Formats: sequence, C-alpha cells, structure tokens
Amino acid sequence: MQRSVEIVFKALADPTRRGIFERLTRDGEHTVHALTQAGRVSQPMVSKHLAALKRARLVRGCRRGRETHYSARQEALAPLVDWVGHYGVFWQSKMDRLEDVLERMDK
Amino acid sequence: MTTSDASTRSVIVEREFAHPPEKVWRALTESSLIEQWLMKNDFQPVTGHSFQLRMEPVPNWNGVVDCRVLDVEPRKTLSYTWGTLGLESVVTFTLTPTAAGTHVRMEQSGFRPDQEAAYKGATYGWRGFIDGLERVVAELK
Repeated sequence: MQRSVEIVFKALADPTRRGIFERLTRDGEHTVHALTQAGRVSQPMVSKHLAALKRARLVRGCRRGRETHYSARQEALAPLVDWVGHYGVFWQSKMDRLEDVLERMDK
Repeated sequence: MTTSDASTRSVIVEREFAHPPEKVWRALTESSLIEQWLMKNDFQPVTGHSFQLRMEPVPNWNGVVDCRVLDVEPRKTLSYTWGTLGLESVVTFTLTPTAAGTHVRMEQSGFRPDQEAAYKGATYGWRGFIDGLERVVAELK
C-alpha cells in the first residue's frame, strides 16, 4: 500500500479527527475557536488534531489576523479513491485466501 | 499489475496454484466455497444469473456488490459484472492448466476515470470506503 494512503488512513482513523475533517468539508473553513465551540473537545485537543490533519495534508491553515482559518483539502483523499489501487490489494489478499481454500479442499 | 488504455483501466492479478483446474473451478463457482475466500453470496454458474456478494455493512456502505454472470465455460472462464458504490466493472477469471496445476488470471476491467471520482459524491460518503480499505489492509498483516 502506498505511503500516502497510510498517512491519510492514520489521520482519519481517529473519530474526532474524522469529525473535524467532515465538518470542514461540509461547512467550509473554521477557526480553532469555532471548531472548539461546535464540539465537545477542548481547544488544545482540537489544535492537536488539526496539526495531525495538516501533516496528512488533509487540511490547510491560512493565518488572517490573530487566528488561523482551517479548510479541508479534499484532493488529499485522492489516494483513497484510487479504485485500481484498492482492488489490486483486494484481489491479492483474496487470492491468498483462495489458495488456503484449495489446500483445505484436499482434506 | 495494472494496464491502461485511453478510456478504462484494469486490475490484473495472476497466480499459479498447485491444484488442478477442476478443483480451482469448484472454488470459483460453488457458493459455499466462494464464501470462504471471497464473500457471502447467492452465486449460480448460470449465464445471466444475477447475484450479490455481501460483506459486513460499514458506515455509508451496505456491503453489497451487485453482480450478473456474463460467461461460464467450465474449468476455463468465469466472468461476471461487479457493481458497487457507483463502480461498474467486470471481473473475469481465466484458468489455464500448467504442469504444476493451474494458472489463474483475474482481470477486473472497466475502471473509468469518472468512476474513480464517484466516491467524492456525498451519496456514499468516503467513510465506507476507508473502512473497507482498512479491512483489506488489516487482512494483509
């Protein structure tokens, strides 16, 4: 599996981070302050999650005045909508299973 | 492993099994055996038969792949449509006897560039896909 996919996976594996990303995707840009008010997570935690999303390049931050405005980079999900890549991995793993089934059929 | 032409792309996985074609054919076409390596199903090796492959549902995806049998040539070729999450593709297994057993070529064809973008739509959401991928990745370990 490509590294870019793993990074995006890890970032979105956490439900809180996924929630933040979904919110930015759905409602457009937000400040940390606005995101904190909207959820039940403390501001330091929201900042931490945003930093992780930024490392995965799922979110970009734009500083205006005192606050940073965060928005989703939906193009970062591109590795995940790579059907060819997905099914390549899928069928390799299924073929391994098929081999196991063929072995068991002898018994 | 992948090929490309102007309009569609394919996934091709080839494997040689140390088992005769008759046996591999059974694993590809008997419902109870298919379930053991692929998914739960109501497959029948009859051209034109519509069936479903079912995984455990995940958020935003019911886990269902809609299929229809296109071609059945015992011990040689099995082909069916594979439709899920806006993806319309065709899966074809081709069996070739070898000295050691059977060579199996699986080709899933018909990935169009616009189908790759299907997931970006809100209809299915991307979470179901991610969960599906996570499961595949987990199986690799």
